[in-house]
Amino acid sequence: MFAYTIRRIISGSLLLIVMSMVTFLLFYASTSHPERYACGQKCTPAQLELTRKALGYDKPLVEQWGKFARGFVMGRDFPDNAELRKAQPDQVIHCDPGCLGLSYTYTSTVNKLLKEKLPVSISLALAAYVLWIMGGVILGVTAALNKGKLIDRSIVALALVAFAFPTFFIGLLFLKFVAIKWGVVKVPQYTPLMDNPWAWATGMILPAITLALVYMAGYIRMTRAFVLETLTEDYIRTARAKGLTKRKVIGKHTLRAVLTPLVTLSGLDLAGLLGGTIITEKVFNFNGVGKMSVDAIQRHDLSLVVGIVLLVAAIVIIANIIVDLLYAVIDPRVRLG
Amino acid sequence: MAGPAGSGAPLLVVKDLKVHFPTSDGVVKAVDGLSYTVERGKTLGIVGESGSGKSVSSSAIMGLFHGTNAQLAGQIILDGTDVLTLSENEMRKLRGRDVAMIFQDPLSALHPYYTVGAQIIEAYRVHSDVSKKVARRRAIELLDRVGIPQPDRRVDDYPHQFSGGMRQRAMIAMGLVNDPAMLIADEPTTALDVTVQAQILDLLQDLQREFNSAIIIITHDLGVIAEVADEVLVMYAGRAVEYGKTSEILTHPEMPYTWGLLSSVPDVTGDTSAKLIPIPGNPPSLLNPPSGCHFHPRCAFTDKVAGDLCRTTAPELAPGSRGSAHLKRCHLPDPETIYQTEILPEIAPDLVEVLAEEGH
Repeated sequence: MFAYTIRRIISGSLLLIVMSMVTFLLFYASTSHPERYACGQKCTPAQLELTRKALGYDKPLVEQWGKFARGFVMGRDFPDNAELRKAQPDQVIHCDPGCLGLSYTYTSTVNKLLKEKLPVSISLALAAYVLWIMGGVILGVTAALNKGKLIDRSIVALALVAFAFPTFFIGLLFLKFVAIKWGVVKVPQYTPLMDNPWAWATGMILPAITLALVYMAGYIRMTRAFVLETLTEDYIRTARAKGLTKRKVIGKHTLRAVLTPLVTLSGLDLAGLLGGTIITEKVFNFNGVGKMSVDAIQRHDLSLVVGIVLLVAAIVIIANIIVDLLYAVIDPRVRLG
Repeated sequence: MAGPAGSGAPLLVVKDLKVHFPTSDGVVKAVDGLSYTVERGKTLGIVGESGSGKSVSSSAIMGLFHGTNAQLAGQIILDGTDVLTLSENEMRKLRGRDVAMIFQDPLSALHPYYTVGAQIIEAYRVHSDVSKKVARRRAIELLDRVGIPQPDRRVDDYPHQFSGGMRQRAMIAMGLVNDPAMLIADEPTTALDVTVQAQILDLLQDLQREFNSAIIIITHDLGVIAEVADEVLVMYAGRAVEYGKTSEILTHPEMPYTWGLLSSVPDVTGDTSAKLIPIPGNPPSLLNPPSGCHFHPRCAFTDKVAGDLCRTTAPELAPGSRGSAHLKRCHLPDPETIYQTEILPEIAPDLVEVLAEEGH
């Protein structure tokens, strides 16, 4: 298991290196000129050239990537050009090892920006995750146990509605009616969990529900299908034949089997959300990674885009490894190797 | 019920059992008027093709249809109690304690995520108020009894770490953990290879002698029946078509369907000129079974019955020419002659010679 983990981490790291190259290449291929956005509208050719040098875009792509990779390992200083750094030493920004680059739009290192925004996105994703797993499993099991009855049909129908409505629509609806018109909760706002847990929860509830709803819909249907499938398994018949109570047959034998695929799927779904949720963050004006990534793309902020892409990729890769390891823990039949 | 009877009150009496499943296409009569008895220490073999209702009838004894939309009628009297009248909760307490079941494919019948020991312990503790430690000791003791080597270590193994034969042994241990008076084995050897089959059957017989339990063994393998069953009940389309002592039924079958089953048993040690004759056609739909005798569309001997009787009138399960202990559901007036002259020479030519020499 240890050797397996090491192997997976190595292959994951290689994948990240390739990802960084691809992102560089794609950005370069897009023929956008980030230095123009950085320099502003009233920019003389001389200023433009200076900006190019400051950002390091005057160098060939391979060298740019090389500097990025070197910076990640050893840290680096900005502006990129050594002469410029010498000319204005007070404006030099140092970036520690692990450096993902400098965002010109924020004049701040990408690492610092991510550190700032990531808690918002992670809070939102985790809060949504708890809601959608709980809701999905409880409603899914309820539906399966009442298959064909009114309660089952209602749950399935509601899940379909939730699944069909786009996130921004549900989000705006919540914002307009629940928060603003009826004032059930205050207008969503991010407060760090450590500062004030209550404010964190109340500020998070609407965005979390919005984000959870669409996932929950999928998980209700999946759980329902898994439960119905598991109930036809021979080992469930064995459990009944032993004389176990229905509670034990369902709550222990059935649920145990159902949770295994759910853990796998939900782990990967959660990983996709941890790196930011664009629409939900935009609708509720949460300053998370998702919102920042859209802004970064619009402003052609290459460093920031690369940083976010790599972060999200790393999260997904790590989540994959964790889920695979977890799977071996949950399912005794699985052997890693 | 004029079935074969022994001494003492039988442990299990099934009277006119009907298990019907309403579906959107109509009512499926999976079991339609089935009666039999099983005594303590005896083994009844129920044999038939897939879909003949043999498993459904035993699931009914286990009360596994309580709380489903299946319609049950008749009586299942287990040790004096009609289990069909019990509530689900009363039935639950009976399950696994008074009547236990061993299933066909032990790999899918054991929960993949729990250890073998945990599953046996669970089965024990549902019905006995004992500590986990005591239950564990009991589980190890039973695993030892059914022939699992190093039971104190294997008790913590998962089912997938057991071989097929060991899994079935573990299933048997789980079935016996509460000393049930009645054990139902639903095709216990089907998923196993032949040498292991023999071991499992021997084990079942040993345990039966030891615990004096009654066993119903469900199979489509007449070889298994010949080896372990005291009585045999042949089922076709949800009904018994032949019922009697195993030695009697296997040597003097009187129903063409039983002939068909006998003809389809391969015999590796037997005469190579013996033919393996499958029964033509498929088991009938239980949604809309054939008129008259349910077997008539596949029966090669309907022309030996006067008129159109096979197609129009369902025969009763009644004693034939060989005494009241041998019941058959067939219109054929003289099945014994047909069997001796037409069936036996085909499937066992050497046996005919032996019988002829004996002046039979």
